[in-house]
Amino acid sequence: MIENVLGTAPADLVREDRVAGRLYTDPELFELEMSRIFERSWIWVAHSSELPRAGSFKSTFVGRQPVIVTKDRKGVVRTLLNRCRHRGASLCEKPSGQVNGFTCPYHAWSYGLDGSLRGIPYPDGYEGVMEKRDLSLARLRTESYGGMIFATLDEDAEPLEDFLGDARLWIDRFMKQGGGYPIKVLGRHRFSFRGNWKIQLENTTDGYHFPIVHRSWMASVDAETADMMSFMTDPTCTTHDLGHGHSVMQMVPEHSDLDADDGSEPLQGRFDDLVAELSKTLDQAQVRKVVRAMHGTGFNLNLFPNVSMSAAFFRVLRPISVNETRIEHVAIGPDGPPELDAVNRERLRIHEHFQGPFGFGTPDDAEGWDRVQRGAAAAPAMPILVNRGLAREKPGPEGWPTSHVTDETGMRAAYAQWKAMMSDD
Amino acid sequence: MTETVTPTAALPVPIPTTDPRVARAIELIWREAELLDRKAYEAWDALYTDDGFYVIPIDPEAERFDDILNMVYDDARMRRMRVARMTEGYAIAAVDAARTVRTVSRFVPESVSDDQVVVRSAQVLVAYKRENHDLWAADLVHRIRLSPDGPAGDRIVQKIVRLVDSESAVPAAGFLL
Ligand code: FES
Ligand SMILES: [Fe+2]
Repeated sequence: MIENVLGTAPADLVREDRVAGRLYTDPELFELEMSRIFERSWIWVAHSSELPRAGSFKSTFVGRQPVIVTKDRKGVVRTLLNRCRHRGASLCEKPSGQVNGFTCPYHAWSYGLDGSLRGIPYPDGYEGVMEKRDLSLARLRTESYGGMIFATLDEDAEPLEDFLGDARLWIDRFMKQGGGYPIKVLGRHRFSFRGNWKIQLENTTDGYHFPIVHRSWMASVDAETADMMSFMTDPTCTTHDLGHGHSVMQMVPEHSDLDADDGSEPLQGRFDDLVAELSKTLDQAQVRKVVRAMHGTGFNLNLFPNVSMSAAFFRVLRPISVNETRIEHVAIGPDGPPELDAVNRERLRIHEHFQGPFGFGTPDDAEGWDRVQRGAAAAPAMPILVNRGLAREKPGPEGWPTSHVTDETGMRAAYAQWKAMMSDD
Repeated sequence: MTETVTPTAALPVPIPTTDPRVARAIELIWREAELLDRKAYEAWDALYTDDGFYVIPIDPEAERFDDILNMVYDDARMRRMRVARMTEGYAIAAVDAARTVRTVSRFVPESVSDDQVVVRSAQVLVAYKRENHDLWAADLVHRIRLSPDGPAGDRIVQKIVRLVDSESAVPAAGFLL
């Protein structure tokens, strides 16, 4: 007998093996999540390759708050609230670019890349009223690890590295798909779905849905790629709870550490032409490295609450309202010599094949999530089950609670963090 | 012989849409639109040449699509796989796809010759699914190869769908534009 999850306090709504359906549908919970999670946690805002030089900027959001991420004159990455200190106009409506500073369109107050207020037109009216130095743009704490840049609205948040904890090891591994080169952002798909953000948060650690929802994609790829993603009954494919709501799901464990390569694994036949082309200029070991990493790493690293480093891309979620979420699927590839353009072209085609609003994978995921949101409108106390594999979840050698890749260990990890943050007032 | 009209030229003499070669292209564009609304994907695919491309870019300025991320960048092989996906019944997004109605109009012939026509147009599509109407507005460019054997042999060599909101979040779709 699976009991309902009664109560309204956040702490009552999440149990080890189930959460209340109202977690997806209750607007008051959503408001609390914005203040207790999205305004307190470290939120992913950018990858370092998106801010290549002084003056580079990107506009994005921390929770619902618009921000600009900049690289200032000294090379310091800043996250600034995208809101003029005068009467509140947004300063920047471009998604990214290169600037010397930001000038408000309304009364032309101008700000430097570090957010300091530089100029006010007709300043005599402010004499004896205020000092410019007190009116910098609001700056968010900004820290990065392995090229992943995060910001938080909480001045007292623990250091980013502590928050990431054991996830750092997996970030290091993820970046190895550059094949010895750093990785860079190649492009991004953006799409929206009519559902709660946690449905998407769960999905990047949901191995269970893969062969069902993605049957159409599986049917369209070559046999080697389909075989690579056939993890359903493979006991070596596992999910670990890494703490702080983070988890990692290893679909292709032989690609979890791309440096561990005994040379026995043949490169996929679909890349034969690419291998031939690359071999004209690169040595065999280098070619093997980048081609073996063509589908990215063998795991999805789910970082609570808004980013997943998912095989060969980043999945970034942005909650809009209790029943609307926007997602970015950010394509990445090695940032190396021009010969590698051919590698990145191929990576872009692989990304397009699965991801984005017209991919062979994403629309089917989105349909599944829409259906969860619609179904969850029934019986708000009826539980959403996150109990799969609970009886076979055991601490692994590293101490991480570990279960099969199709189990719901990663969701339990995320909901434990949700519960801790939501109960803390 | 190809007559080209540059949009920036001062008062260019426009190519009339009544030019019989342009009219053939427009007929084909309308036929394509109707097949897509009816989700007759096999018949739709047959309107393309073997070297034809169907593209929905993200970058509004892009003219070349190899080195950038697109929403759709289909050659014949990808297009056939896409048709299989849309019709074989495994893809839950396609099985439960929105119903669509689209109009294509505001045709501007860009170039015309006896074997090829390039036409720009506007497409407004409404997709209805589960009590929601989504609006998809786009500029289209069709490059159409005219057949010496008459209109039945005319084929699409390239179609580019430039959504007005290509750089922001659009719904994940179970239909084609
Ligand atoms: S609101 Fe920005 S200068 Fe007035
Ligand atoms: Fe999926």
